[in-house]
This record gives sequence, C-alpha cells and structure tokens, in this order.
Amino acid sequence: MRALKSSLDPFAEKKPAMARDEALIEANRCLNCYDAPCMRACPTHIDVPGFIKKIATGNLRGSARTILEANILGASCARVCPTEVLCEGACVLNDLHHQPIDIGRLQRYATDPFVVAATGPDARPMFTAAPKNGKRAALIGAGPASLSCAAELSRRGWEAVIFESAPQPGGLNTYGVAEYKMTYETSLKEIEWVLECGAELRCDTTIGRDIAVETLLSDYDAVFVGVGLGPVGPLGLPGEDLPGVRDVLEFIAELKTSDRSAMSLKGQKVAIIGGGNTAIDGVTQACRLGAEVVYMVYRRGLDDLPAYAHELELARTDGAQLVLNALPTCVTGPDRVSELTCVRTRSGEPGSDGKRAFEVIEGSEFKLDVDLILRASGQEKRRGFLGTIPSLELDRSGRVVVDGDGRTGNEKVYAAGDCVSGGQEVVNAVADGKRCAVAIDRAFRGGN
Amino acid sequence: MANLRTNTAGILSPNPFWLASAPPTNTGDQVKRAFDAGWGGAVWKTLGEPIVNTWSRYSAVDLNGVKMIGLNNIELITDRPLEVNLREITEVKKQYPNHAVIVSLMVESKREVWHEIVKRAEGAGADGLELNFGCPHGMSERGMGAAVGQVPEYTCQITTWVKEVARTPVLVKLTPNITDVRQAARAAKSGGADGVSLINTINSITGVDLDTFTPRPAVAGKSSHGGYCGPAVKPIALNMVASISADSETRGLPISGIGGISTWRDAAEFILLGATSVQVCTAVMHYGFRIIEDMVDGLSNYLDEKGLAVVEELRGRSVHTVHDWKELDLNYVVRASIDQEKCIGCGLCYTACNDGAHQAIGAERGENGRTIVRVIEDACVGCNLCSLVCPVDDCIRMVQIPTEVAPCSWEQHQSGQGKLAPRPQDKNFH
Ligand SMILES: Cc1cc2nc3c(=O)[nH]c(=O)nc-3n(C[C@H](O)[C@H](O)[C@H](O)COP(=O)(O)O)c2cc1C
Ligand code: SF4
Repeated sequence: MRALKSSLDPFAEKKPAMARDEALIEANRCLNCYDAPCMRACPTHIDVPGFIKKIATGNLRGSARTILEANILGASCARVCPTEVLCEGACVLNDLHHQPIDIGRLQRYATDPFVVAATGPDARPMFTAAPKNGKRAALIGAGPASLSCAAELSRRGWEAVIFESAPQPGGLNTYGVAEYKMTYETSLKEIEWVLECGAELRCDTTIGRDIAVETLLSDYDAVFVGVGLGPVGPLGLPGEDLPGVRDVLEFIAELKTSDRSAMSLKGQKVAIIGGGNTAIDGVTQACRLGAEVVYMVYRRGLDDLPAYAHELELARTDGAQLVLNALPTCVTGPDRVSELTCVRTRSGEPGSDGKRAFEVIEGSEFKLDVDLILRASGQEKRRGFLGTIPSLELDRSGRVVVDGDGRTGNEKVYAAGDCVSGGQEVVNAVADGKRCAVAIDRAFRGGN
Repeated sequence: MANLRTNTAGILSPNPFWLASAPPTNTGDQVKRAFDAGWGGAVWKTLGEPIVNTWSRYSAVDLNGVKMIGLNNIELITDRPLEVNLREITEVKKQYPNHAVIVSLMVESKREVWHEIVKRAEGAGADGLELNFGCPHGMSERGMGAAVGQVPEYTCQITTWVKEVARTPVLVKLTPNITDVRQAARAAKSGGADGVSLINTINSITGVDLDTFTPRPAVAGKSSHGGYCGPAVKPIALNMVASISADSETRGLPISGIGGISTWRDAAEFILLGATSVQVCTAVMHYGFRIIEDMVDGLSNYLDEKGLAVVEELRGRSVHTVHDWKELDLNYVVRASIDQEKCIGCGLCYTACNDGAHQAIGAERGENGRTIVRVIEDACVGCNLCSLVCPVDDCIRMVQIPTEVAPCSWEQHQSGQGKLAPRPQDKNFH
C-alpha cells in the first residue's frame, strides 16, 4: 500500500524515494545511449547511463560513486534539479514512449544510501582528502558553489576553510528549497557528508565584520567568493512596511526551520508577487499551509512568465490563481496589510533584453483582499559586500565579472554561483564551483 | 581493493575477464581497444583453414522488450588470412605484455597439421592455446569443431598431438551439445589438457519468420541451425561447469567459464562454481568493450564486501553444496508467507499457484475492490513459484517450518532408515 501513504500529506515529497523493484524496472528501461543526451544536458556531466546501468546490476556503491565523482551534491541535485528541462528533458525516450527515464529519482536511489542515510559499511568514506599540499583557500559562503569548490580543493590536498554567516551551511539549499523538494535535514546531512572530504566549516562568521577581507587575502593562497544573492528587496510600494508583507525566502526559511503547524494559513488570502520559480515555491507552500486563496501576481503576461512550465503547472494544480498583467501599486490596511492595489498592464514590443516591455493601462486599478503578501520579485545583489573586495569588478546588474576559469579582477579571488550568474540552479553552482577549484589548483600549485 | 589477478592453468591475466573467441577478437585493433578498456585477456577468433562466410549470419531472441537475451550465429572461424592474424597477435603481445592473449585453433584432424598451427601460434607470442572442439555448425559438417568434441576419443587424441609440441598452457573448449560434459572434460584431461573452457554455443533455431516461414537467420530463403549463446544459456553453462568441478576425475582441472556472462554477478557465479577466469562474447557484441568497467568495479566491490582479498578465495566456494538429488533432505519444510503490508494486490501469485501449482493461494476482493491473497497453509507444498512471480521485493517469503521429524534423504528413506514428515497432499488422498 506504499503509494497511498504519501498522497495524504501536503508536504510529502513530490519525487519520493524509489524502492529496489521500482528502481530496477526503471533502470532497465534505460537504453544506454551512445554519447548520451542526458549526460550532455547535465551541467556537471554525470555519466547518467553509467550510473543507471550500475543500479541495474546491483552495484549501488559504484553507481553512487559515478554520480558523486561528477557532482558532489548529487543527492540534493537529485531532488532539486529541474530535471524536466535538463537530463530528463533530453532523454530520447521522450520521443519513443513519452516517458523519459526517471533520472532524478534513480539518482536519489543510488546516492541516498551513501550520502544521507548511510549506515554500516555504506558509511565507509567514498572520497578522501589528499595529503596536504601546504596550500590554503578561504571560501566565503557555504552554499552549493563553495561546497563543491571546497570538496574538490580538499581532494586535491588543499586546506579549505568555508566561512558562513548563517548558523547553518547550505545557503538556499538548506533554507530556500520548497519542503516537498528537499527537507532542511536532508541538506544538512548531505553537507556533513561533503565535509568528510576534508574541508573545514565555520558558521556564524561574517567576513567584513568578524574577519576582515584583507585578513583573508593575506592569510590564504586563494579566496573563493560564493556568497550568492541577498534577500528579496522592497518593491518600493507605499504601505509596504505594514506587517504582513514579507520576503518569500524569509518565509520559506521560517517554514523549514520552525514548527509547521504554528504557521497554518487556514482561511487566509495570500498574494505572491513575482513570476519566477521562487514565486512558485511561495505559491505552493502557501497552498500547502491551507490558505483559502493564493494569488500569483505578475506584471507581464503568461508568455513572459519566467518560471518553468512544469513549475507553473504545479502552482495551477495546487489551486493558485494567476493574476497576470497586474502591477502592484500600493499596500493598504489599518494596522496590517488588508488590500493590495494593482493596475492592469499591456505587453508591448520585445526590448533589448528580449523581454517585452509593458505599459500601464490608465484607469484599470483593482484591489485584492489579502492577509499576507510575499515578495518574490528577485533577490538583491550583494553589491555592498562585494564592493569591499579590492579589484573585484561587477557588471551593470551587480554580478561579479569572472573569466572562463572563474577568476575575478583580483587574481587571488575566484567566484561562482548565483553572485556570478545572477541566479541559476544548484547544479550550475556545483559545476562552476568545481571548475574554479580546478583552476585555483592549476594557478597556485600547477595541478591539472 | 581486492586483487583481481588470476592464473588460469598457468595463463596470467590482470583480471579474470577475457573476451571469448568470437567477433570481438577478430582483429588486433579490437583486442587493443578491449585491453585499453580494461579487459584482462582475449581468446583470439579461431585460426585454421581458410573459410568463407555467408553474409546473413546472426539472429536473436528478445524478451519483454529486452533485446537479445539469446544470440544465434552460423558464422565460421576467422575469415582473415592466417599471416595477418599472426602478425597482429605478435603486435598486440608486444604492446600488452601483461595481458593474456590466448589463440584459439581448429584445423583438420591430422597430427602434422595440428603441430604446424600450434608452433605458428606460439611463435607469434600466444600465452596459451584454446582448442576449439565446440563449434556446432558448418565446421562440424567438415569433421572439425563439435564433431571432435562430441567423441571423447577424438578429443583425447588431438589434445595429445597438441601437447606433443605445445610449450604454453592448452585449454580445450568443450561443446555443450553432448549428453554428459564430464566425459568430454575427462577425455581432454587424459589427453594432457591443462584446463578446459566451456561452453561453446548450443545447437539452436532461434525462431521462424511467420511471414516467410523460414527460420532466422535466413540466407536466400534457406536457413541452417546455428549456435546459441547470450544470457539465456547461462544456466546450462553453470550446470556444466559445476559438474566438471564436482567430478572426482576432473576435480581441480582449471576452468575458463563461458556462456551468457554479461555482468560481474554472472562472473561471480561461474567463479563460485569453480571457474578461474571467465569469457564473454554476446554481452560485448551487444554493449561494447565498455561493460568491463562495471564488471571489474562490481566484482571488486563485491569481494571487498565479502572480505576476500583475491579472486581465488571465491573460486569453487559453492561446489560442495551441489549434490545428487537423492542426498537432499526430504523433511526440510518451507511455506509461502505473504507480507500484506507490502502486497500491491496484483494477484499474480494466486493465478500462478491456482493454475500452475497446488491451489494453495486464495484470492478475494477486499474493501475498495482490492485483491487480497492468502496462503492456504496446509495445501502449500513450498514449491517457491509464487515468490518467483511476485513483482514486489520480499513480499512473498519462503519460511522454514520447524518439524519434529529428523532429516531424511531419499537414499536413507529407500534403505529403510529415516522417516518422512507428513506431506500436504496426504489429505487430498483420503
Ligand atoms: C558470432 C559468433 C561467432 C563465434 N565464433 C567462435 C569462434 O570462432 N570460435 C570459438 O571458439 N567460439 C566462437 N563463438 C562462441 C563464443 O566464443 C562463446 O563460446 C559463446 O558465444 C558463449 O559465450 P556468450 O554467451 O558470452 O556469447 C562465437 C560466438 C558468436 C556469437
Ligand atoms: S509455495 Fe507453491 S504451493 Fe505454496 S503457495 Fe506458493 S505457489 Fe502455492
């Protein structure tokens, strides 16, 4: 009766774990393509047919190793990757059977027993740090990019020290992923395992406050910046500072780290402002917390909505109401928010960034009754902190400028992850973090 | 990490995985790529008299969407000139001194001709020889291959001729197309063979085209029986390997196991039943040389898990458990037990037992129309069938039922010693 259990809990995993019989059947469906498109679609280029074949032969440890060798955060990527547009999207079986191989869940099946639920002989370390080579790297921020970079540096004999200002490591992986994709505990378990590769972690330590940037630059051979992005900043609306207007990420973090039953939204009306995947996470969490109505308010039309199609589908099946071509103008309420006022917009011609401009329709004002507003209109760049690193260059939108190796304008400083990309997937951060480690090792030690 | 080095009758290889004599070992280029991929040895495609092949020459058996669970061929020995093969053998050996290159041979049954080919193969640098007394099609019509392997006297005679001149270890490759493979192994041993390889392919017709009425593979409207191999033949090969390992006359004779090996698991089974090295053909024809990576990785992880340092510690471990039926305990009682928590209600066990076994499972509709199955305990003979068809892991287990009655084999029962525990059928007889 295993299928029934999960369907009752709204926070149950969307991609649940596989049992052996299910995994074997799925693994045996894999055609084992030559030059496999799935492997190419993966930013970390995991040998997908290789690990699936190993599942089919019952060589699970070998399978996990194949995955983790390529992507040290393979266990969380198995859960949080938008596989629909990456490996599974590329699977040739989409054409043959309209059903790609369930690669994400197979990857979880292979890695979980060694990474997040290892007991007995499975807990034997899979990777070990190389003997120390005398080189030291400081990594700022303990998100996916830094973890990946640190693990790779440790495996190459570097002493890698990660500094994190939050009480727990993982960045968005720990604090910002919708619960039905990955739990807080899973992220921390995985990091614990990653750190066994030899890196050192110092949480509750803010660079620029507890330790000066200059100190890092003089004490370490190389510095890696993986600080990600900041909070979702204010929209600049009148009334925005009323209680009941929140940053969606702060909301999700609270949900992940506190008692969920105390956060019920039963009977409440919630508006999420934004059209990206983070906005969808806000929508689906609010729905799962029992909100009566959940609006997703986006200033452009459906065609310009940046969220993935499969994510939008999820928001719709959860019962969210899409309020498109709607631009919020002010927040009102007696002592906390009770109304969100918007105006209608009309899409215009595509602008230089490819996005279509929009114009406000005069006299189209309308109001939504709301008890809670979640801002999901894009995270801020960490311009302030980044500006304190000598010679580090930012582009116009505040992203760190790096070369192909991830090296910044300061030749001792490398960067990757969201602070460079402006906001991408975990798997991109892992790939780029690892690439930086290889480049750092080459530049400061002559490794390859 | 376990050490996978092996010594098969004096032939050393970095791991027990060899390519069998077949298309994957047609050319030096292939063998080199295979060694680069990780294969430990290669038995060169059989050398002998010049031959000519038909064009259409393979056919296969697919199962439930799985391709090629069995492969059939009507191909003969190498169709490349002897000189070219010998030159490439020399070249491969020069580049890969630590890998095993075994040369498979088949010539007409004349002493001088065998002497000549043995000397030339060894002169080219072979680490060992394999006498192909197994090819069941084409060559056997000309008095070679299985035609030799099916007659113990011929097997012994030709092995003796070869041993008169051979300086490297000689393996005799046996045909499964005989009644008792032990006779063939004994004959090879008495002719002085250093070891045996088995099995070669099994006489087969894989299927008939229902439109043309011609069996596959069709050659201009005609067909011919071929040799069957691939995953489907593994159980037959395992039994033959076990019977040679357990035979008092051939016990200890080195064995290179062949037949349906596609994974490290298959290989481990052959080794448990007494093989020292294993050979692979079909799986490589299907998936290429790259499968060796998981074979080596999987076997070495398995040995580590079992706490074994070398492959040799695994070899033959199962042989002592293989007995004649008459020695099995007739009072060992097991019964099916269905885990209702795990059951998905597919009812496969019910159908299997009801139609194909002993009507010992009842099925009824529960709430929601879900099928609920139950074992009727005193009707169950413990045959295992339901647990074999159940698609859910560990849902139907065969549980041992304690009995008051002491163990008793058929042998003991026949000689008047020992008493049988009551059997389920007894009831039905009254
Ligand atoms: C196309 C084909 C050609 C073969 N040619 C030879 C051969 O020349 N000499 C030989 O000893 N065995 C030959 N064999 C038999 C294989 O060496 C091997 O004994 C058999 O295929 C069983 O192994 P498998 O199940 O791994 O395929 C051939 C098999 C196939 C499929
Ligand atoms: S073990 Fe055999 S007899 Fe017993 S329930 Fe299963 S199928 Fe029927």
